[in-house]
This record gives sequence, structure tokens and C-alpha cells, in this order.
Amino acid sequence: MASYQSADVVRRSATTFTPPQVRHDQEVAKLIDVSKCIGCKACQSACLEWNNLQEEVGINTGSYQNPHDLTENSWTLMRFTEWDNPETQNLEWLIRKDGCMHCADPGCLKACPAPGAIVQYANGIVDFVSENCIGCGYCIKGCPFNVPRISKVDQKAYKCTLCSDRVAVGQAPACAKACPTQAISFGSKEAMLDLAGERIVDLKSRGFDKAGVYDPAGVGGTHVMYVLHHADKPEIYAGLPANPRISPMVELWKGATKYVGMGLIAAGVVGAFFHRVIAGANSVSAADEANAAALVDKTGGQA
Amino acid sequence: MTNSWTDIKNTDLVVIMGGNAAEAHPCGFKWVTEAKAHRGAKLVVVDPRFTRSASVADYYAPIRQGSDIAFLLGVIKYCIDKDKVQWEYTKNFTNAAYIVKEGYGYQDGLFTGYNEAIRDYNRDSWEYEIGADGFAVMDETLAHPRCVWNLLKQHVAIYTPEMVERICGTPKEKFLKVAEMIATTSARDKTMTSMYALGWTQHSKGSQNIRAMAMLQLILGNIGQRGGGMNALRGHSNIQGLTDIGLMSNLLPGYLTLATDKEATLDSYMSSRGFKPLRPGQTSYWQNYKKFFVSFQKSMYGAAAKVENDWAYDWLPKLDVPGYDVLRAFDMMFQGKMNGYFCQGFNPLMSFPRKNKIRAALGKLKFLVVMDPLQTETARFWQDHGEFNPAKPADVQTEVFELPSTCFAEDEGSLTNSSRWLQWHWAGAQAPGEARSDVWMMAQLHLRLRKMYAAEGGAFPDPILNLTWPYANPADPQPDELAKELNGRALVTLRDPADQTKVIQEAGKLLPGFAALRDDGTTSSGCWIYSGCFTEAGNAMARRDNTDPAETGAYPGWAFSWPANRRILYNRASADMAGKAWDPTRKLIEWNGTNWAGFDVPDIAPASKPGEVMPFIMNQEGVSRLWVRRGMKDGPFPVHYEPFESPITNPIAPKIRGNPAARVFANDMEVFGDSKEFPYAATTYRLTEHFHYWSKHVQVNAVLQPEFFVELSQELAKEKGIANGGWVRVDSKRGFVRAKAVVTKRIKPMMCDGKVVHIIGIPIHWGFMGATKKGFGANTLTPFVGDANIETPEFKAFLVDIRAENPPVS
Repeated sequence: MASYQSADVVRRSATTFTPPQVRHDQEVAKLIDVSKCIGCKACQSACLEWNNLQEEVGINTGSYQNPHDLTENSWTLMRFTEWDNPETQNLEWLIRKDGCMHCADPGCLKACPAPGAIVQYANGIVDFVSENCIGCGYCIKGCPFNVPRISKVDQKAYKCTLCSDRVAVGQAPACAKACPTQAISFGSKEAMLDLAGERIVDLKSRGFDKAGVYDPAGVGGTHVMYVLHHADKPEIYAGLPANPRISPMVELWKGATKYVGMGLIAAGVVGAFFHRVIAGANSVSAADEANAAALVDKTGGQA
Repeated sequence: MTNSWTDIKNTDLVVIMGGNAAEAHPCGFKWVTEAKAHRGAKLVVVDPRFTRSASVADYYAPIRQGSDIAFLLGVIKYCIDKDKVQWEYTKNFTNAAYIVKEGYGYQDGLFTGYNEAIRDYNRDSWEYEIGADGFAVMDETLAHPRCVWNLLKQHVAIYTPEMVERICGTPKEKFLKVAEMIATTSARDKTMTSMYALGWTQHSKGSQNIRAMAMLQLILGNIGQRGGGMNALRGHSNIQGLTDIGLMSNLLPGYLTLATDKEATLDSYMSSRGFKPLRPGQTSYWQNYKKFFVSFQKSMYGAAAKVENDWAYDWLPKLDVPGYDVLRAFDMMFQGKMNGYFCQGFNPLMSFPRKNKIRAALGKLKFLVVMDPLQTETARFWQDHGEFNPAKPADVQTEVFELPSTCFAEDEGSLTNSSRWLQWHWAGAQAPGEARSDVWMMAQLHLRLRKMYAAEGGAFPDPILNLTWPYANPADPQPDELAKELNGRALVTLRDPADQTKVIQEAGKLLPGFAALRDDGTTSSGCWIYSGCFTEAGNAMARRDNTDPAETGAYPGWAFSWPANRRILYNRASADMAGKAWDPTRKLIEWNGTNWAGFDVPDIAPASKPGEVMPFIMNQEGVSRLWVRRGMKDGPFPVHYEPFESPITNPIAPKIRGNPAARVFANDMEVFGDSKEFPYAATTYRLTEHFHYWSKHVQVNAVLQPEFFVELSQELAKEKGIANGGWVRVDSKRGFVRAKAVVTKRIKPMMCDGKVVHIIGIPIHWGFMGATKKGFGANTLTPFVGDANIETPEFKAFLVDIRAENPPVS
């Protein structure tokens, strides 16, 4: 997506300087209350419509989940899990809206080698800037939630923008607007945490003792949060990671490795300098000249 | 709905049974989440499948499709046994104390008066005992053995929790848990809302399913209350409007009924529609029937409807059969007795049962006119689409005309939603291509027909030539002109009969409401219940004031709610015999010593004293009916009947197949299957990703649910070697489909009458036109039989066989 909020960028991929901030936005968040969600897919539909995305008409593979996974065109997806609660013996149909979590500490941005292809705004939104994307796919490796997808058409990475274009003009994301049961709320992160607190009280009164909010610390918290009835077991919600963190490879690559690598490059430069100082410049020997002359003769100067 | 969508937020308990609101009404379902989140309400779901509604429910109980009456009568028995009855309400506001005349009886599933040869009842023995004063006899002590309450107790005695488990397959402890939750709402300060839809109507005893819940709601005192009521969730945005405006073969607008051919004169027509009160001092509002009827005739025929010609009574069609419902119409077409068909906003090839019969029937027409915004399967019934529609165009002689129409978003007008709200809407876009509004098309037809009748005469030109057509542009009547016609006008200056100096309305002006209607030809109104929707004050349907005084959920300034902008029907019943609210926190209207007043338009004459005039003013009794004298064809009480195709024999009436009073055509009886050949209990339903057969034409919806599938349990899949996502073939006695299999934990085998019953779920939305993958259509399989009272087809319960199979050949 093009950046509508360049003035608010606080972090930029493959860039060491911090852009100067003109505005200081409140941190925003989307709260997805899984206990209120009926899996109607109005959010999926609104996402396709607002972002003018053309998804393929697929097939049924034995599930209500369509498309079957996130794609470069489907930036959000309802994931359906049929779970037998071992404590109550009751079936629970867990329906989770999947998509970008807009991490405070975004693994995609850290992994990205293309300057400015991924940015984080002051309001917390992590956005992809297509014109800077080189399609390397490192963001996918960097994402602890397996969210970005590379387009087969333009070889660029795509994911939920948290409707940064709508948010920039004071509107809630399209999915939140379309949600008929208010399972998706949008506001300041603080307000969303308060709302989650209210919902957790209600859920606990209905027997969900482990109800809680999903705002994982491993990625510095997220700007998309869930209210879960079983917050102690996030994995049952179609593999929501219990303790997501940026892949150690990315941390290593962009952390120690980066400095070690830069150190090695610097060491090479220093080595070359001392080699010059100590050994002096390379010189051409008489034998080299003779070999060169012989080659020219053999090809008759037509090489 | 007796109440409204917005009122659901006021409830303590939501019972979703006979519907799947989260799936089929996701936008309205927000009021359930509202009640849960802000009132702490509980949600109970009773359904054969663990549905999207069940996924957010506090309690779920399974039930075999087609056994709801046994379950509900079981809950009524539970409430009576546990004394969980709102007694003041039941004794005063229902006919519990009325005495039924001697001679009534019930045995082995049949009431007195049954005639097997015509599959119908003589209902004389279902009458009340009438006293010397001409009024129904009551015993307020409820001691009389033939009072309705005692007959009800006897009638439900058989529906013990054990019997409920045996018939419904609902485990006893789950049934008892639901019954207990429901019974708590007999308290004066607790209410329950019943949200139901096609899961109750689409059965051969659909009307009685709804009656059973209505009876339960009455003994709990939940009708007329905020957060209570019987709330039918209508299946289209304007299907409430369809019934209101009388688009049934046996109705006129406003629930007036069409005459039969035995009623040759207006006097004979009115003799059975006088609706004399059955108790002293009761309103019996249908006493005004003639005012509504004459005003309707004036709106149809204008000055040509005169007292001398009985208000043009002869120009109305008279029925020679109970009704030309769609099942009968298509059966006649199938038999070659109907030659032409105008199909407007309707896709019968997909949405009617026994698709192969429908296709054959359409092929026998001389002409078919389809008016629709989309290219429907019905319009293409003649086209070969392989197994999906195996037609041979060369053999079809039907001439098909496709007239592209505007869709609702390209049109101005009003839609009537489930809440009975008439909501005006404006065109959001220009119609594409040659599309024209349905009104424009009907006007063209009418003008051309009238010209032909005028020029050539004909068998009976009067109804056409005399039809009033008072539109500024006769070729294109405008929505506001039609709305004003429905509202009605004063044809002369109307004066108050009690005080001739007071003018109610000047001649030619719009009427303020139906109270102004008269039977002397001085008023017109196309649909009396809609009167008040467009008055001299303006278009009430276009109002968008969302203030809600005292947050009752009534929103009185939003659109127009028929009748008379009343938001909750029977709202007088929200107060006790003294006129005080049962629950002060749920006050609707109260008696202030001289009048009824409060947050809603009183559903009673404002000066009617509490204790004298009872709340159910449309009934001759003034009270509600636990017992129905004549209104239902199939019995004064509901009875558990099995579907016509059932996996078990009816445990309470083993000799009876289906509903004994439901009409069945001989050629359809021949293609009922039995459980030996077709062992599995199937049901059809909708998915939230699609709207009937429309949204499959939309790319986004096609993405969200692309391909026809059927659902079955893991247990049955294992038994039949069916893989999740693999192909299956499903057969009924009427045809077969191939579909993908969704193997799920949400459907589980049930134990009914000692037998394992497997359920096959079949969503309806796919056909051979549109953006989705092609599908067969669920109604290839469904049986061609309807409800005994209103002929809604039995889409929800029938028998099939299933096996793993190859993909379809197209």
C-alpha cells in the first residue's frame, strides 16, 4: 500500500535513522471478540470490497473456511475449529478472524532488507509500501503469525493494512464497520483494553474462567488483539501462537549477525589497508608479460 | 414479529429454535449480542446441528428435525407440573377458563371430526360451550373437566421428558436443562423471546410448531412484554410486506380473505366475517371488517364501486379451491392445466421442492415471463447444463420472455421488515441496461390489456376496464403515489359521528390512520393495516429519528410500524389486571385512571378500563387462545406428527403418516420414500455467506462459499467410507445430487425410539447460473408437500441415502 501517513512513520525497514515525527498519534487497536463472533465473514467481504481485491472462486475442501488460507488478495480470513472441550464434554466451534496483528515489535519490518518497504506509524499500524518492496519474502520469515503473502502477479508482499487509509481520515477499518455483532471494535489501544476487560468479566460470569485478552508480550504487544474464552490455550484457535516472538534467525540476522557481518566487512577493509601498507602494490613480473604476449600472438590479435 | 428486532435487547432469555439467527439473520442477531453483553441475557439454541448461533450460545441441545412440537409440549407439561405458570396472566389473558362443548375428543393422534377420505376435519366439535346469553361459558376456578386448561393438561400428559427423548433424540438431562431455563421466565420480571424462522415453518405441521411455542409463551406471560414475544425472522427483506399486502392466492391486502365461489353475494361473504364478540364488552376488532373491505374496493375501483353494485364485489375473483398456492399452481402446470406463468421476484426451479417436477412443469407451459434483475435458473430451465440441469432444448416448446428488472437498491419505495416496520428507501444506483422497475412493467401490461379489452371486449372485461388508475403518468406510477393509495383518502369531508361540527378529514386528503375508515364508500385504503404510513403530515416511512425515550427499544420516530406505529403488539398485556406493569422496569403502557399511556401506542382503545376489556383485541374472545376453535385446519392443539418421510414411526400415533390434515397430490404421494430405502434424515438450510439464490451471482460471495456441499457426522462418514472434502452422491426418491462432503463434529447421530438416526445437512444456495461453481440445488431432493394450513413446503425434514461418489459430469 502506498503510504498515506508518511509524516507519522516511526520505523522504516532497512533504515537506521528514525524519521522525524511531525504528529504524535494515539496508538490504535482493533479488538476481535471471538466470543461474539458468529463467523459470518462480513469482515472478509468488506476487506475484499474496500481494498478492491479480486480473489479467485475456489472449491470446497470439507470446511466452511474459504479461501483455505490467507492469500495476497485475502488479507483476512475466518478460521474455523471444532473443539471438544475436555472439561465440559461440549463441542465448541471456535471461529477466529485471522490477519496481520500489527505487532509493536514487527518481525516483518525487522527482516525486511528493502529500505522503506515496511513502515510502522506512530499509531502502531504496520504497513507495506509496495513501490519499495523487492518481493524477497523475508517478511514472511520474519512474521511470527505467518501472515504476509507474495503476489504471483507482481511478486510483491501483501497483508492487512489495518485500513491505514481509512484510519488516516478518522474512520474505523472496513471489517470493524461491517461486523454485525460488534465482535470487531476499533479505537485507542487503551480503550480497547478497557473494553476487553468488560468482556472478560461477562465471560467469566458465564463459566469461562480462563477468559482473557490476547496481546502477546513476545512481540511487544499487538495492535490487533483478541478476547478469547480460553486465553490459557490460544493454540486451540486454529494455531494462534501461545508465545509468539520474532524468529531467532531474524533476530540473529538483523541483530548480532548484522554487526558481526559489518565487523567482518570493516575487518576486510582494514586488512586490505595493512596489506597495502606492508606488502605494497602488486607488480607485474617479466614472465607475466611474456605469457600475455604469447596469447596475443596465438589468436592473431582477434581475441 | 409481535415485537421488534430492537426490542430483543430487553430480554432475559433468547430461545433460538426453528431458526438459526446468527447464520441467516446476522445483522438482526446484533440485538442478541446486545442483550447478552449489556443485560446478561442467556442464549439457548435447540437445533439438529450445532449452528453458528450455537457457537455463541450459553446452552445448546440437539433435536431431531420435525419433532419440535413434542419438545415444546414437553416444556409446557414441565411448566404445569412445576407450577411455573404466570397464573394471573394465564387465567385472565388466555382462554384457559373457557369450556369446550361436549363431544370433543382426541385419540391416537386424531381429533374428533376427521375424515380420512378428504384428509380434513369437520371442526364443529372444537367449539366452545355457548351460554343462553350467546357468550362463551367460562369456569374461572379452572375446575371444569372440559375447560381449556384441563384439556391442555390431558393433552400434554404424554410428552414426558422420557417421551421427548424418545421422539426428539434430545438427551433427557439436556431437555430438562432447557425446560428449567425457559420456566424461570414465568416470573413477572423475567421475559423470554422466541426467535424462529423457516426451521419451524417449512414442515407439514409448520403452523402448529409456532402455535406450540406461542402457547408456552402465553402461560409464561411473555406476550405483549418488552423482551418477550413470538418473533418470526422473515426470510427476505420484504417478505413481511408480501403477506401484509396479501400476495397469497387466498388473501386480500391487510389479511382480509378472498371470497369462495360459495359466497355469491357480499352479504354471504360478510356473514362469516362478522366477528361478534364471544364475551361481553370485548373489542373483537375484526367487527370493522366491512370498513376495511369497502375501503379496499374503493381503492381498486374508485367511483365504479358503489353501494348499488355491492362495492363491485362481483369483480373480485372467487376461489373454487382453498387456495392456488404455489404447490397447487405447479402441480396444475405439471398436469398441463396451466398454460402461462408470470414469474416475478421468484426462482421456482431452485426454490421449490422436487426440482425435476418443476422443470417438467415449466416445459409444459406455452409461455413463461421472468421478471428479475438476474438471469435465474427458472429463466434457463430449458438449457442443457449436463447433470446440473439435464434439459433438451429441442423438446421444450415453452416461449420464455426475460424482462430485466431493477433490484431494490436501484429503486425507490418501502420494504417491510420482520419488525413490521415500513422503511422507505431511495435509489442508490442507476439500473443497468434496459432494466425497468416492476411497477413500470406491470403498468405497461395493464394498459395494453385494458386497451385490448376496450377494443375487443372479452369474457369479463369489467374488473380490468373499471380498475382505477389515478397516476400522474399512467405508464409509470410512482412509489409515493402507490404508498398514498395504500394509506387511503377521505373521499368526502369526514365528520365525527358524535359531533358533526368536528371535521376528521377534508375531502381528497390522506387519512390519518385506519380508525377513520368507513363502510359507506366515503373512504379508500388499499391496505388498512398500512393506513397512517403516508399522511398529510408526510411520509412516515421515511422518518429517521433514532431517539428512544427511556431506552425502551421502541424508537417511535423511526420509520412506520404497522399497525398505527405500534411497536409491540398486545402491549396492554404488559400490565396486570389493575393496569400496572408486571415489571416496573419493563413498563410499556399503564392505566393512569382514565387512559392507557406510556412508551408505545396502546394496543387497546385508550379509555378501555383494565379488568373489563381484555388485551387480545383481534380475537372475538378478547383473550389469547391456548385452544383454537376453528382457526387451524389440523387441530385445536398441536400434536406431534412425524414428517411425511421419517426415519421412525410416530411413537404416539403409529398408524399416521405425516400430518393427517396436510394436502398431498397423488403423483407426489407416489414419490415419498421410506426409511428402508432412504435411511438418513435430511434437512436443508441457508448459509450466512449467501442470500438464497441471488448472491451466488456476486463474485465476493462466491469466493466466500464457492461450492455445493452436504454435511454429515464423522460417525456416518466412517461407516460409509466418505472422506472430508470428497465427493458424495445423495439420493432421495425424487432425484439425486452430487456434492462435496463436509464431515463435521457439529452433526452427531441421535438415538430416537431406540434407533440411531443420522442427519444429513444440505445447504441450498447453488445452481447452474452465477459466479459460484455449478451445483445441483438441494431441492432436487425435497418432497412436494406443504403445511396443512398455509402450504409452506416440507423442506426441513425428509429422507435420503448417501454414498461416496465421483465428481459430476457437466
